[in-house]
Amino acid sequence: MKSSIDVAYVAGLARLELSEQETETFQKQIAGILDYVEALQQIDVSSVPDTPIDPNLPTNVLREDTQRESLPVESVLRNAPKSANHLVIMPKIVE
Amino acid sequence: MSLPLHRESIASLRRKLTAGEITSQDIVQDLLQRIASVDPKVKGYLRVDAEKALAQAAKTDLKKPLGGIPIAIKDNINEKDEACTCGSQILKGYQAPYDATVTRKLKEAGAILLGRTNMDEFAMGSSTEHSSYQKTANPWKLDHIPGGSSGGSAAVVASDQAIASLGSDTGGSIRQPAALCGCVGLKPTYGRVSRYGLVAFASSLDQIGPFSKTVEDSALLLQAIAGQDVMENTSRPVPVPDYRAALNQPVRGLRIGIPKEYFAEGIDPEVNAALKKSMDWFADQGAELKEVSLPHTHAAVAVYYIIATAEASANLARFDGVRYGHRTQTLGDPLTIYRKSRAEGFGPEVKRRIILGTYVLSSGYYDAYYNQAQKVRQLLRRDFTNAFQNCDLLLTPTSPTPAFKAGEKMSDPLQMYLADICTIAVNLAEVCGISIPCGFSSEQLPIGLQLIGPHFQESSLFRAAHHYEQAHDWYLHRPNL
Repeated sequence: MKSSIDVAYVAGLARLELSEQETETFQKQIAGILDYVEALQQIDVSSVPDTPIDPNLPTNVLREDTQRESLPVESVLRNAPKSANHLVIMPKIVE
Repeated sequence: MSLPLHRESIASLRRKLTAGEITSQDIVQDLLQRIASVDPKVKGYLRVDAEKALAQAAKTDLKKPLGGIPIAIKDNINEKDEACTCGSQILKGYQAPYDATVTRKLKEAGAILLGRTNMDEFAMGSSTEHSSYQKTANPWKLDHIPGGSSGGSAAVVASDQAIASLGSDTGGSIRQPAALCGCVGLKPTYGRVSRYGLVAFASSLDQIGPFSKTVEDSALLLQAIAGQDVMENTSRPVPVPDYRAALNQPVRGLRIGIPKEYFAEGIDPEVNAALKKSMDWFADQGAELKEVSLPHTHAAVAVYYIIATAEASANLARFDGVRYGHRTQTLGDPLTIYRKSRAEGFGPEVKRRIILGTYVLSSGYYDAYYNQAQKVRQLLRRDFTNAFQNCDLLLTPTSPTPAFKAGEKMSDPLQMYLADICTIAVNLAEVCGISIPCGFSSEQLPIGLQLIGPHFQESSLFRAAHHYEQAHDWYLHRPNL
């Protein structure tokens, strides 16, 4: 299938604000990359099952459900842009 | 006449340390001087913590396998209480609350963590030019790129500013910079080394591995970091062999496959000539060389840029300005905060890949791109399985060309992506690969040869690479800085 990407729309899905300049540049560059990857669609994959199982990957890796020490709250929250009382602070979202 | 300490390997420094000829402080002091004189030109380090390194050196336990050896870490691997920027503005100011498993293992093995190395932002790139902090130079030619994304880790080892370092390899990010800087770089089998604490780029491809000056050091480092980890469920319960023991096994009788697709058009003639010479050497040593075919090689870059960007777009969704990382000053509803924080924090290559990855996963395109790429990935994996039925190793170039000039590929992302054409399939097939120096171009730029082994057969890589290395003197050459 030949596809055309609408970069501004996809950026919205990705929660990413782009400037007009960026949108224009990416539109061209990504269209070029998509042209390149288009060739994949010509490859015969009929010998591969629909849900390819990767034989090298483990399934159902289980461990004992035991209590372990977690990270100290302070060491985690020091990375939060804003926090108080062991909570991350976000701007008000309800009126 | 003895070499300055910064020139030496882990193995030789360990001998001197345990014989009482030198102390760990001697090594750290010597490296700090070397860094002060050379890194202003190379710019491989983002941060060096001299005081901490000297304090660690004072407490060295020489009985441990890496006791007293300073090692540099790529800035996407968490080290408790240190910054971990991933080369990105979005993680500016972040301080790791915990040690990655590899960091913990290095500490437990007695290593000294010397500093944090530069990288392409979130490991996305092949030249380290996509770091948002600085551009790292190729130590052999300062206006050339060191390769990427672990360009800092490669450059500091090649310029003797670290005895060894760790990097991460998603599509060639250890092997390609090792080749372009003239050092040894290993990408272990997927699942050999725990990824816990490595900031995720593409989780089904990422793997941590060492940069070193010799193959023996590479084996020593893998020994220290390999193994299953309860914190990481794709790490495998495969026993970790004695890698050093493999170094002494002879090359005679090894079956080495030469995949014809890797010697097609686009390979630089000087790279081709150096590779041909190395093949002759292996044949002379009694290895059995045979041509093999990996028929889906031509599709590897396309498959990679679908799967890796898809996984990256999901992994990088966590950077939303809420719990950690940059938050915009702009006020607004949460959506505005996500959009603005990400716009301000991410650089252009990361944005480009997030958009591409979001697109190939989006409704209506998922089957055509993502699903198709997953299926072709299985075909690529079969190529390797078939090839390894008749040979123990594959021999290829690591990079189709020596290092290119800085700025040359920055405006054309596709050309930059094609720089990884020889390394990418190894990640997709989850097998292991090593790059070792095998010559120089007429411009005095290093050339790398890649050996590829079946799953969990790193020992075979070390065996062949070590014998080749010791029979040549490429690994003793140093840039003039």
